[in-house]
Order: sequence, then structure tokens, then C-alpha cells
Amino acid sequence: MNLGKVFSKGLIFDNPTFVQVLGMCPTLAVTTSAQNGLGMGLATTAVLIGSNLVISLTRKVIPSKIRIPAFVVIIATFVTMVGMLLKAYLPALDAALGIFIPLIVVNCIILARAESFASKNSVIASITDGLGMGLGFAGALVILGGIREFFGAGSIFGTPVMVDFFHPARIISQPPGAFLVLGLLLAIFNGITSKSRPGEK
Amino acid sequence: MEIFIILVSSILVNNFVLSRFLGICPFLGVSRQVETATGMGMAVTFVMAMAAFMTKLIQTHILERFEIEYMQTIAFILVIAALVQLVEMIVQKTSPTLYQSLGVYLPLITTNCAVLGLTILNINADYNLLYSVINAIAAAVGFSLAIVLFAAIRERIELFNVPEVFKGFPIALITASLMSLAFLGFAGLV
Repeated sequence: MNLGKVFSKGLIFDNPTFVQVLGMCPTLAVTTSAQNGLGMGLATTAVLIGSNLVISLTRKVIPSKIRIPAFVVIIATFVTMVGMLLKAYLPALDAALGIFIPLIVVNCIILARAESFASKNSVIASITDGLGMGLGFAGALVILGGIREFFGAGSIFGTPVMVDFFHPARIISQPPGAFLVLGLLLAIFNGITSKSRPGEK
Repeated sequence: MEIFIILVSSILVNNFVLSRFLGICPFLGVSRQVETATGMGMAVTFVMAMAAFMTKLIQTHILERFEIEYMQTIAFILVIAALVQLVEMIVQKTSPTLYQSLGVYLPLITTNCAVLGLTILNINADYNLLYSVINAIAAAVGFSLAIVLFAAIRERIELFNVPEVFKGFPIALITASLMSLAFLGFAGLV
């Protein structure tokens, strides 16, 4: 299997946020700033790589009837580990993400990759897939967070970038803004992909 | 009085879907028809109330007693998975029609972050057993309210001529944005 292809599939062509529209809760909730989006994206990537690795290693041992509960326990273990690491080394990020750290367990992306990829492929391919999907998710979160931070607070990664007389549109940092910006981004993404392959449909 | 504040806060002000962003997947997935949305709301209400009750007991009598609070995520998700299995069996026995219309979304309640989110929020807020269950019911009512209203709007959107690139998720998200804007008006109520 071509590892480059597996990686780029997760990053762009099968992007978990823009193409598969999975894991919407953290996507909408933590993207009030680019930095929070990056933190959430990387935490999810770490869990995804870990769970893909273990599930791929144990794919011949776990009976298919109880595979979903087994996957959930494996994922929950990694989430607990990531949560502990964040609490110890990055307490500010941990406080900003709050309840959404334990909620990585129920992020559909992770279970979807476990079920549709890691339980069927070799260890190396599964790690690559986890990395690609995770970074694709992180990238989408940074884009969304960056846009919301730019318009909602007039800064990017915490650095003010707008001129003084610009009044930030606070609504963009609030819940309605999350839905609105993601809706517009998805529409733009639809527009680009439908133009680049007009032959389909 | 405190009960009233919990109710208003969880149903309207901090609506689970529209302001806390919990349970977005079923909110976007099962909201094409009002009927299925109502069924989903009822199933989630039952699971949430039971989950709040069970996880509170587990938290105080097992996790805190043996000082293994770090096992919270793993323990809670297993409780919820077992409860969803139970609900699935009950619904299948008592109402086969509802079981059919909910289809794959019934087992997916396990990965509905509203349920796990609620149990963790309850523990963080340090509610006692009664308040935990009341908060669970309030949160579930808020979830049902949002999903049923949203389904009613989406049924109408189906009839309109939406621009090609906005079809599907984009228009649904923008609709949700406007609903969320309306719910923002409840802020300051409590």
C-alpha cells in the first residue's frame, strides 16, 4: 500500500472535517481561537495514532463480535493518558479545552478510523492513516479557529493583527459564529471540489 | 428554586446543542423529519437520565472511594454503552416501529457526546443525585427541543431552491447558526 497516498487521503481528499463532516462537536466548540484549535487537533491526532497502532496490533486477537466495546476501551485509555499529560504539562490549554478533552472518546473520527482502517490494515499503514487524518482534522480546526479569531477578536494565535479602528465582531467567537463560519467554509469547499471535477454527477 | 434555575439554564440558556455544542452529530444526522427527531429525543432523554443516575453512584461509591478518579472516562463510557444496549432491547420489544425508524442512530447514542458530556458536567458541578437526574432531564429536553425545531425547519428547507454549493450540510449549519442566534437571546435569563 502506498503510504503517501494513505497520508494525503486523510490530510486533504478524505479530510475528516470538510469531506466526511465527522467530529463536529469539538470542531465547533473549541475553535474560538487558532491556538485552541491547534491544541485540540494535536490531542486528537495523538489519540488517533495511539488507538490505530494498538487496534492494528490486536486486530487478529479481538473477536469481531465484541470489537466495538474493545475499540472504545482502547480509545478511552489513550484519551485518559493524553488528558493526564495535558493536565501536567499544559494546564492552560487543558483549562481552555475543558470538558472536550475527555469527550475525544466519543469523537466519531477515531472510532470510524478504527473500524474502517486500523482493524483491516498493517501497523505502519494504520499509523500513517492516523497521522494523516489527525493532521487533516487539526488543519481544519486551525483554519476555522483562525478565521473566527481574526474576525471575532482581531488577532491570530493571540497576536493582534488588525488596525485600531477595527471593531471585532464578537458574534463570530460566540456559538452562532461557529455554525455560520463552518457552514460557509463547507460551501466554499463544495464549490472548489465541484468545479475541479465537473465531469462527475 | 435551585431546581427551577437548573431547568431554565439547561433547557434554554446553556442549550446543549446550540450553545454547548454537545450532540451535534445526531442533531445534523437525525433531523430530516420531525417524527424521527422526536423519537431520538425520547431515547436520548431516557439514556441521559439513567446515565446521570448510574454515573453519579459509580463516581461516589467506586471511583472516589478507591481514589481512582482517573478511570472516570473509561468507566462512564462503558456504563453509557451498556445503557444504550438496554434501551435498544427495550425499544425493540415495546415499539418495533420506532426501532425501525431510528435505525442505526439508536446504537450511535453511545457516541453522542451529549450523554458523556452531561455526566462529566454533572460531576464537575458537584450536583447531588437528585439534581444530577434533574439536570439530565433538563439537558435532554433542551436537546429534544433543539432537534425537533431544527427538523421542522429542515422539512421546509427541502421545498426551497437552495444554491447548489449550499445543499446539504452548509445550509443546515447556517440554519443552526440562526437558531443559535435566537437562543443567544435567552442569555441573562438566569
